Amino acid sequence: MKFGVVIFPGSNCDHDTLYVLKDIFKQDAAFLWHKEHDLKNVDCIILPGGFSYGDYLRSGSIAAFSPLMQEVKEFALRGGFVLGICNGFQVLLELGLLPGAMLRNKNLKFLCQYVHLRVDNTDTPFTSTAKRGQVLRIPIAHYDGNYYSPPETIQEVKKNNQIVLRYSDARGRLSDEANVNGSLECIAGLINKAGNVMGMMPHPERASEALLGSEDGRIIFESLIKSLG
Amino acid sequence: MIDKKVIAEHNLTPEEYEKIVELIGREPNITELGIFSLMWSEHCSYKSSKIHLKKLPVEGKNVIQGPGENAGIIDIGNGLAAVFKIESHNHPSFIEPYQGAATGVGGILRDIFTMGARPIILQDALRFGPLSKPKNKSIMEGVVSGISGYGNSIGIPTVGGDVYFNDCYSLNPLVNVFALGIAEKDKIFYAKAEGAGNPVLYVGAKTGRDGIHGATMASAEFGENLEHKRPNVQVGDPFMEKLLLEACLEVMAKDLIVGIQDMGAAGLTCSTTEMASKSGTGIEIDLDLVPQREKGMTPYEMMLSESQERMLIVAKKDRVEEVQRIFAKWDLDAVVIGQVIEGGRLRVKFGGKTVVDLPVRAIIDLCPVYEQESKAPSYLESAANLDSFSEPEDYNQTFLTLLSSPTVSEKEWVRRQYDHMVQVNTVFLPGADAAVIRIKGKNKALAVTLDGNSLYTYLEPKTGGKIAVAEACRNLACVGARPIGVTNCLNFGSPEKPEIMWQFKEAIEGIALACEIFDIPVTGGNVSFYNDTNGISIHPTPVLGIVGMVDDTRWITGPGFKSEGDILILIGENKEELGGSEYIKRIHRMEKGIPPQIDLEEEKRVQEFCLEAISLGLVESAHDISEGGLACCLAECSLLSHGKMGVSAHLKDNMRSDALLFGESQSRIVITSKEESRKEILNLARERGVQATDIGKTGGDRIIISQRDKKLLDVDVADAGKAWRDAIPEIFRIK
Repeated sequence: MKFGVVIFPGSNCDHDTLYVLKDIFKQDAAFLWHKEHDLKNVDCIILPGGFSYGDYLRSGSIAAFSPLMQEVKEFALRGGFVLGICNGFQVLLELGLLPGAMLRNKNLKFLCQYVHLRVDNTDTPFTSTAKRGQVLRIPIAHYDGNYYSPPETIQEVKKNNQIVLRYSDARGRLSDEANVNGSLECIAGLINKAGNVMGMMPHPERASEALLGSEDGRIIFESLIKSLG
Repeated sequence: MIDKKVIAEHNLTPEEYEKIVELIGREPNITELGIFSLMWSEHCSYKSSKIHLKKLPVEGKNVIQGPGENAGIIDIGNGLAAVFKIESHNHPSFIEPYQGAATGVGGILRDIFTMGARPIILQDALRFGPLSKPKNKSIMEGVVSGISGYGNSIGIPTVGGDVYFNDCYSLNPLVNVFALGIAEKDKIFYAKAEGAGNPVLYVGAKTGRDGIHGATMASAEFGENLEHKRPNVQVGDPFMEKLLLEACLEVMAKDLIVGIQDMGAAGLTCSTTEMASKSGTGIEIDLDLVPQREKGMTPYEMMLSESQERMLIVAKKDRVEEVQRIFAKWDLDAVVIGQVIEGGRLRVKFGGKTVVDLPVRAIIDLCPVYEQESKAPSYLESAANLDSFSEPEDYNQTFLTLLSSPTVSEKEWVRRQYDHMVQVNTVFLPGADAAVIRIKGKNKALAVTLDGNSLYTYLEPKTGGKIAVAEACRNLACVGARPIGVTNCLNFGSPEKPEIMWQFKEAIEGIALACEIFDIPVTGGNVSFYNDTNGISIHPTPVLGIVGMVDDTRWITGPGFKSEGDILILIGENKEELGGSEYIKRIHRMEKGIPPQIDLEEEKRVQEFCLEAISLGLVESAHDISEGGLACCLAECSLLSHGKMGVSAHLKDNMRSDALLFGESQSRIVITSKEESRKEILNLARERGVQATDIGKTGGDRIIISQRDKKLLDVDVADAGKAWRDAIPEIFRIK
């Protein structure tokens, strides 16, 4: 099995992600249940978007304690590919697989809209088919997507070239206006130092079919599929 | 002790109480009285509306389920069925906007998945008082957050709806929530309690004291002091509902249960009695077994509680453990609290004693039905006379003012708080004439729109009813969909006022006429009476939710202009009709005049022509003309286009210029097409008996409209966009 999509109670992009993997990209993919300890021998784990545990306490915080997460952590430390989308990104932060935390969006409202993302690092398994500086149009849908980490962490992140995607305008320029949720360094997608775990707030699975308005999200899946060989 | 005061507090008349005594052959105890007060409330019994609702056409060859169940069901082919309904949550949303709106979403979703359908669409029709008043602003902010908080979390896209503003909603906002789900045609579930001895399971959240008397509250007028009613509003937990949704659908996928009913208004009382009533059986439950959130609850409180996210299931006798295993997987309670019995009685035990023993028939079927007195209201005569008023001197300014009127302006501030893309089916972002949701793997799409202009209905209820149906169908035609089914939410004042009953009857007649002519069945809906605060009633507000089918996804058409130099064609006829328009209301501050008139046969021809032209590939964009008239329609087409393309329209009509620009005559659509299709389109229109006029071209960066030789409007698209987009965000901007 190539892809495993984890279901937490309250996940709501689990079916969407599985659908895109299976029906659009014709990949082997299966659900992984949070209460089990079975990774079904997958090569890549996706933590989907949604409201795991209702976002109660803090987005992603309770899901990080799910039984399956112990295995996911070990899988990641062994070098396995893990992609966290939206709530999945929040879970990765809570698990400590990625540095930093999410604050409420700067306008204090839920935001569901298309954004532009500049690809700043193409040397990753998640963006290898993109061109450096390429601008992608992919939607976001979140309340807590305002990335934050302390200055010493962000220094480290920048030094290691861990910022993969940045909110930008259509031409790739950074600005307060384009940085819709107020993220530090306009961070929309972040990778770990080892380069095998990425979190991103935008939803690539929502931008994988022309009928739905954008196909720019395909780059993420196509890169992953290529990396998995 | 049950005395006159207690009876009155339960919203029952002395005559109704006497009837209860006669039906059960004794005085009821307090719990039994509570049960009757809920089930005989207007909200649950439809006692004042029943007679009139019978006029609505409910038959149709694709109808699987008409009114009377949790939701209506239409066969959409490919072995699939669309399950949909609209419901109001007006009173709770006024008292506690966030929770009122949130639980409105939760309630309608349970109605859909109770029937075995996975919900895929949410929409809302919202009506607020003017945002110049801080109270209305805070209500709107709370309602929108409540819808967003619940719908986003549970993962069902909220794909639009409509928002209107009018003084009459200042102390009585309307929150009407629509939901649609898809089920396999041969796997639909009903609220049945068949088979004596089959176990009755309580599943979902625990019972608390919240929401007691919610249904009764929705059946009375309000005064100013509402703080003490806040505990009557339920509190929603979308996470719990998400678990319930997944668990129920998993149970339904296997052959484990006989029937299922959600516990919405009137909770345990309603679910037990309705299920038993539909199967001609009885139900016996033991309240000591009900999962409880708080200690010391009385049987009265438990039977009347409207705690959210609960369901009642009648399982197959030998499959209970499997049902419980699935609920346990989702960390939910599933407890056997009783069984189906023969003999048609509701029996409730508590502390080892029987505390309720009532004939189900008396509670459900023998509720009194009223034909309330009706009389035409006296305001009609003076309202029909539009005082004379002069045309604006500066049309550009008037146009910008109208575009920035909250009713006309861009609602992105609302919509981007809703997750409208989850489930990866949303073809059109909100803002199009109707939301379009593709059906995966079928090359088809569903379209949904909600409509209802209450000012028209206030001025002429029958016309308002007709137009609500016509405009919704026209919106569907614009996106390339044909209407297949209707649900309606009828929001009115107190039915005890003869003038309100008259509005109600007339509006229903209009709706019925239009549905018959368009040949679409009404599959259910909801009546919300008692929308009065301090004795003042809202404008009669029927909201029509109409579902359409796009038979081929290639036909999906949007309102925004596609390319420069396309020709602009006006379908339908401009008439000098200004009564009831947004222009008259906003610019001349009058809610008066004769609303636009509608010829339903002509309307049908216009819609069919639009659909035919779309299916022939002749149409680049289509948008219907509604509030704000032709001028605002063209502005929207321009502002919804990529690159904000301008437009230049030249009209030859001989009439008042304000009527031409801002009048809201019905049966009109603006389409654009390629220059080379001009002849074919105009010929087709002639053949179909539809008026179609070439009025101009797209392109440039200005919105220009002229009448004969006179240029009326000439505005920069960017200025129009600013007026249209900034109006609502500016009001809510944190200063």
